Amino acid sequence: MSVVTNTTTIGAIDAPSRRNTELMMMVFAIAISVFAYANVGLAIDGKLPSGMLGYGAGLVLLGGVAHLVVRKFAPYADPLLLPLATLLNGLGLVLIWRLDQSQRLIQRAKQMGFTYSPDAPKQLLYSAIGVAFFVAVLMVLKDHRVLQRYTYISMVVALVLLITPIFFPEVNGAKIWISLGPFSIQPGEFAKIFIAIFFSGYLMVKRDALALASRRFMGMYLPRGRDLGPILTIWALSILILVFETDLGTSLLFFGLFIVMLYVATERTSWIVFGLLMSAAGAVGVATFEPHVQQRVDAWLAPFSEKTMAQSDQIAQSLMSFGSGGTLGSGLGQGHSDLIMFAANADFILSTVGEELGLAGMMAVLLVYGLIVERGIRTALAARDPFGKLLAVGLSGAFAIQVFVVAGGVMGLIPLSGMTMPFLAYGGSSVLANWALIAILIRISDTARRPAPAPAPSPDAEMTQVVRP
Amino acid sequence: MNKPLRRIAIFCGVLILALLVRTNYLQYVRADELNSRDENRRVRIERYAHERGDIIVDGKAITGSVETDGSDFKYKRVWKDGPMWAPVTGYSSQAFDSTQLENLEDGILTGNDDQLFFNRTLSMFTGDQKKGGNVVTTLNGAAQKAAFEGLGDQKGAAVALDPETGAILALASTPSYDPSVFAGNSEKDSEARAKLLADKDQPMLNRALRETYPPGSTFKVVTAAAALENGLYDNIDDPTKSPLPWVLPGTTLPLKNEGNIPCENASLREALRWSCNSVFGKVSADLGNKKMIEEADKFGFNQEIFTPVRADKSVFPEDIPSQSAMAGIGQASNRATPLQMAMVASAIANDGKLMQPYMVASRQAPNTDTIDTAEPKEMSRPVSAENAQKIQQMMETVVEKGTGTTAKIDGVTVGGKTGTAENGLNNSKKPYAWFISYAKTDKGTPVAVAVVVADSKANRENISGGGLAAPIAKAIMKAVIDSK
Repeated sequence: MSVVTNTTTIGAIDAPSRRNTELMMMVFAIAISVFAYANVGLAIDGKLPSGMLGYGAGLVLLGGVAHLVVRKFAPYADPLLLPLATLLNGLGLVLIWRLDQSQRLIQRAKQMGFTYSPDAPKQLLYSAIGVAFFVAVLMVLKDHRVLQRYTYISMVVALVLLITPIFFPEVNGAKIWISLGPFSIQPGEFAKIFIAIFFSGYLMVKRDALALASRRFMGMYLPRGRDLGPILTIWALSILILVFETDLGTSLLFFGLFIVMLYVATERTSWIVFGLLMSAAGAVGVATFEPHVQQRVDAWLAPFSEKTMAQSDQIAQSLMSFGSGGTLGSGLGQGHSDLIMFAANADFILSTVGEELGLAGMMAVLLVYGLIVERGIRTALAARDPFGKLLAVGLSGAFAIQVFVVAGGVMGLIPLSGMTMPFLAYGGSSVLANWALIAILIRISDTARRPAPAPAPSPDAEMTQVVRP
Repeated sequence: MNKPLRRIAIFCGVLILALLVRTNYLQYVRADELNSRDENRRVRIERYAHERGDIIVDGKAITGSVETDGSDFKYKRVWKDGPMWAPVTGYSSQAFDSTQLENLEDGILTGNDDQLFFNRTLSMFTGDQKKGGNVVTTLNGAAQKAAFEGLGDQKGAAVALDPETGAILALASTPSYDPSVFAGNSEKDSEARAKLLADKDQPMLNRALRETYPPGSTFKVVTAAAALENGLYDNIDDPTKSPLPWVLPGTTLPLKNEGNIPCENASLREALRWSCNSVFGKVSADLGNKKMIEEADKFGFNQEIFTPVRADKSVFPEDIPSQSAMAGIGQASNRATPLQMAMVASAIANDGKLMQPYMVASRQAPNTDTIDTAEPKEMSRPVSAENAQKIQQMMETVVEKGTGTTAKIDGVTVGGKTGTAENGLNNSKKPYAWFISYAKTDKGTPVAVAVVVADSKANRENISGGGLAAPIAKAIMKAVIDSK
């Protein structure tokens, strides 16, 4: 009955822990980042950067601590998630540091009357806090099922996080920030985790009602009105976020997340059809009267038109960045992705990857994201409890949608929306939230892959099965 | 729940796949299109990111690059004796693109030319800083200086050619400008350029190549060539059957001569010596418009000349007989660039063989290895060697004892032709003073020149080709001969 499959995360009895594999991969992830750092320094100043030792030591320390904590508190966790996240975080730091050296961005800051301060040290600090989050989640959260207890609290927290920015001033056309003195957080990043927890808890309880109590109508299963309530609420909520905060990305993310989880919970395709129809109706409706959204759509359709260029040439600059990167890229530190100016190291950091690492680098980075998502969904497959399955697929789905929305936006595949590339982009909220997200996935995968306790010995069976020669 | 999970996995896979396809599309399929967009600043940044190669005259660079800061562009172009060389080099400005050699030879100067591929690849391994190659010109510094200083603050242009090869030895245009003043990217550069553009003396106009003037009597050399080539006359010392006054065909207007000169039935030699309008007007009328156009075309009229810098078309057009007769003495709708008239002089001096004018002698890789060398090319044969020699005799008579005596150089055979072209309606504006000539030494024919002075400070009575233009031509020829 027991089949030992060592190559997947799907639970199997006596699955090896793979901690040493993880260690090896961590060494690779950190080595690649440190080499990249050296590469930028050599390209820009012609010498090894002075901060290299600090950066390398910092990364080794963070990665080492994370690895040791996983070894101690989640010994059976998926071995790929941590190294992949570390690689992206490390590369992101290099890219941000590289953009810090840009004379063009320094001048821009001066012209706009800001005092220029480099972002890389701050990002390193955020990464440290992010890893601390990661460690805290793994140490405190011994079993992910505990989170079920906080289903409704999570909902409240998520709603508070989403609604609060309405009371704060608009930043660059979108109300997605909460600023407290010198600190500002982007609550949407954290809300996605809480929402995923809420959905998992709620759907686990309601899935049978949603899946079975429905009427057939034109070959589709229509849910009952009272079960339809939550989806309508979420749909309305995401539209409201869009309208009041003009936050295209977050609303897309939540709606997509909800559809994905609902589908997994109920196994009913009709939910997807409804979801798509409603989101399309909502998007078209909002796009027709919300100028900020309209602008984004126009810029997407015609990035080089005079009208778009007059408003913002960011998309055009980003496309040209990708174009100039070509197949192999200009090499780290040798491109001009900083021509994007505003948000070059945040929303648009992928353009720097495209220009300086080229098509090859882009494919590698996208595949790293793809791998994280894939490991997340494998964790969902392997999880033994429905809550864990839902939470894992919710978090990985949210991750995938976010990657798609941001990368698709800067590459002109879909209209741009203001979110950040997980781990790669500059931004404290994003790094913190995504480290927490990885920690939860690791916790679920640890539970999923942990060997089942040996069955209690049965004295009767033993007696009858003894065969003596 | 595993079945929908697997489908979600596929969905996420499709999302990532869409991104992968998109990045391939952008970075592979559309890369060239995106890179060549006008909006793409990288092209210009790249052009000034490295030290630009130099344009070289007499083995010395007349250009340079200086490091700048405070903008995207690392290096700025500078020129030595900018105003003197501007008609040759053109400009290369961070903000305003480039012209002439700076523009046409950009590939070599930036080091991006395909011919430098091997060189580039090599320096990638040796770790050398990327640097542009050099463009070695055919110009002669001394001749250029003589031309530029000779023209001084008058409006005009001068071109000197090596008749045997077509190599351009001097190419001056005044008033000129210093391209260094707007080579950068600052407010100051914009203002300097705006000022130059607004100047009504048009300092940025390259008068040697891009401005056409009525060639006046210097065109009589072409008319004489047409007469000999078409067998209208055979012996340059036989009297021509030309009455005085001679009336323009189809009109009652007699074609006047300048002053009281012996033009009635004058031989070709005498007619050229005294610059008889009546004789050459009649020759042009006798040959007819078509034959005149044919001959002018053989000298290079009615086509753009690429040196490689483009020179405007000189025009000898189809016209009614009276106008065509006038065009035969370089008036009416006859228009020529100074380069064109230098080509006329050089074709005659080179025994009838017109060489393609060129100004790039060779191109060098950044390590000064020569990548290619220009080969002199024959452009056409407007006159037979025999007839060319006859015209040489005529032109030498002009300098010996005619209107062009001011171009005489001791110990050197000089042939020339003066011209004073009418300007404006009924000659209301100051006339253009022309002189075309060549010099012969015992070693060959090293130089042919054309000089036009378009707006002198002199009184209009004193404006003449012999008085104003010939001394400049003489200085240029002397500079070339002395530097040999």
